[in-house]
Amino acid sequence: MRTYRPNPIVSLVSRLVSPFIVMFALYVIFHGHYSPGGGFQGGTLIAAALILIRLSEGNEAAQLQFPRSWGTPLGSLGVLIYFGTGLATVLMGGRFLDYSVLHLSHHVSMSRSYGILMVEIGVGLAVTAILVSIFDNLLEGNPDV
Amino acid sequence: MFDFIVGHYAYWFVFILMAIGLYGMIIKCNLVKKLIGMSIFQVSIILFYVAGANKWGATVPVADPALGTADPAKYINPLPHTLMLTAIVVGVATMGVALALVITIYKRYKSLDETRLLEQMRKEDDTE
Amino acid sequence: MILSNSPALVPLSLLLAAIVIPMAAFRRRWLAYPLALCASAFATGISVVNIIRVLTEGTIHYHFGGWIPPIGIEYVLDPLSSFVTLVVNAVSLMVLVHARRSVAAELPDKSMPFYAVVMLMLTGFNGIILTGDFFNLYVFLEISSLALYGMIAVGGRKSPIAAFRYLIMGTVGGSFYLLGVGFIYMTTGSLNMADVARIAPSLHQQPALVAALGLMITGLGIKMAIFPLHGWLPDAYTYAPSASSALIAPVGAKVGVYAIIRVIFYVFGVEFVRNSLPITEILAWLGAIAIIYGSIQAIAQKEMKRMLAYSSVAQIGYIGLGIGLANPYGIIGAVLHVMNHALMKACLFLVAGNYRLKLGHSTIPRLDHRVRRRMPWTTAAFTIGALSMVGVPPTVGFFSKWYLALGTIQNGRWLFLTALLVSSLLNAVYFFRILEKVYMKPLEGEAADDGSVSLDEAPASMLVPTLVLGIALLLLGLLNAVIVTGIISRIVPPGM
Repeated sequence: MRTYRPNPIVSLVSRLVSPFIVMFALYVIFHGHYSPGGGFQGGTLIAAALILIRLSEGNEAAQLQFPRSWGTPLGSLGVLIYFGTGLATVLMGGRFLDYSVLHLSHHVSMSRSYGILMVEIGVGLAVTAILVSIFDNLLEGNPDV
Repeated sequence: MFDFIVGHYAYWFVFILMAIGLYGMIIKCNLVKKLIGMSIFQVSIILFYVAGANKWGATVPVADPALGTADPAKYINPLPHTLMLTAIVVGVATMGVALALVITIYKRYKSLDETRLLEQMRKEDDTE
Repeated sequence: MILSNSPALVPLSLLLAAIVIPMAAFRRRWLAYPLALCASAFATGISVVNIIRVLTEGTIHYHFGGWIPPIGIEYVLDPLSSFVTLVVNAVSLMVLVHARRSVAAELPDKSMPFYAVVMLMLTGFNGIILTGDFFNLYVFLEISSLALYGMIAVGGRKSPIAAFRYLIMGTVGGSFYLLGVGFIYMTTGSLNMADVARIAPSLHQQPALVAALGLMITGLGIKMAIFPLHGWLPDAYTYAPSASSALIAPVGAKVGVYAIIRVIFYVFGVEFVRNSLPITEILAWLGAIAIIYGSIQAIAQKEMKRMLAYSSVAQIGYIGLGIGLANPYGIIGAVLHVMNHALMKACLFLVAGNYRLKLGHSTIPRLDHRVRRRMPWTTAAFTIGALSMVGVPPTVGFFSKWYLALGTIQNGRWLFLTALLVSSLLNAVYFFRILEKVYMKPLEGEAADDGSVSLDEAPASMLVPTLVLGIALLLLGLLNAVIVTGIISRIVPPGM
């Protein structure tokens, strides 16, 4: 990563493919609670889409898409969504992470399903932000020309 | 005897991988090679759990309307797979921390060889 | 609501602080420390509430998510877990009060990530102690380990190497533990500790179950730093920043000890262990060797933190010996020593931190009587800590050694008793040489005592925790009988 030389084919293909990766990643996140998939898997895919742009367009240009300073706060926000769901269940009188007291639906099982979905979204956000921030931290101090 | 080796081939692979991983972590001097050994070691344990979740003649644990949901012997056990998701995340996080440490060590000491680094550390200790 | 959820609130409050600190302190740096201190104080308060609940109501089970075990994950509050959480949280609170000036001096621009990582470490420790599920223990074990690697690596120049070596060894330990859990799951079909304890006797020492026991003990032994697996400990404790060493050294290895006590005595039971692998025997021998080896190595050290690190190896040997004896006195001695060592080591590492802040170093050959004139209260706290490590009554150190000695006598192991007594002498050697340096006058011809050294004690926020811990060493020693009969005698597992 010492010198960055722009390559039109790599640049075009990665810019074309990256939104589809994000779309597939959202599909994986939202289907995680009753079929293969989930927060971590989807989060990794979104992070892969963001890192693909960093690799093909150069680190400095990619900061316009997802700045370096967003990594840790978004990661904390994701974990806070997870924690907040659990805290909401405690405040409604149940145990921690007992989604059935959230009354998101008439059926208890659907309420649990939506509760896990909220947790998966939080996890996906956290994993995305943290993986991109790991990539940025490892490259710190080695700006590509 | 034949069944002991070939019938349990998954577990033999797991332990061979574990031995390779431990060899890498202990014997190799380069820090990055130690990390590769650590990664192989963790992957071998993940494979152990996944291999243990299998059942004869069973299919993917997604509810199939043709098979029904009455008989659990028709679907493989999904619990070890879920546990291993967590283990994979732990492996990724550990690798991230380890790589950050390796980069810091290289910036300060300009070497990734463990014997030279330890010598350098002891020398700096004595001169303090 | 707080009372009914109290077992879970201990790690959850610390986790909330760990999440909120990066977000809140993003703009205002000064928010990090008060948040950390509040969370730690809250967790200590809830730990006290937990102990009172356990003493009045008996063992409490908390089911996460409303799912009933063995399907769901549960937290178990029994006398052992509530006692160890109280020790961990109270000692960490004391050290956190001390840490403000120490971190501001040694890590000026990294205070916000440091406190967040400290909160994560404490979440991990409390989770390990409270959980009643094997895999949940692995998760919290890895959370705390990653936080520990981070805390050690921010020290001076040599700390990343120490953190890297600890990372390699710690990952091996965690992975061995995970493999053991895998074996247990494949043979018993359950991951809940109480459930496995119910199922295990009927399986009659299946090879997979015995292998699981061996692997788990090995993995947890690496985390506990019992003798041949202690290689990461001296470098990690020495090169970490003062606040990190003071947070890790008292409680870091104790969670490994706690997990080993759970696995050997509560899950598998002493009978199972005696009939399958001679693990208790091996632990007792390794403990005895660790005691002698650690004490001898500590005598050879020139730097105070390194000496305290090798001394920790010896003290963990005491606890290993207590577990290995596997009789009531041994277990009482081991658990009492968990508390005592936490208090003693915290006091001593805080003294080393005070010396580092005020004198700029903590090397032993450079200490002299001017130190005593300059920092009398810190040196007094060091004296109490040293007397406690040697085992002089009525400090706490004497009582845990007394119970361990009673345990060795009850089993008739005279060799271990000799090791205990000899180690007290060795402890005296390496502590009293420091006391001699700071309290005795120099020889004729050396720098005379010209009275020009003025009182320049450490700031109050660093001095008060040191003194509180020193006084606690004396007070808890005098109140020792209350603690043993009140809580620790209930920890002796059933069937002994």
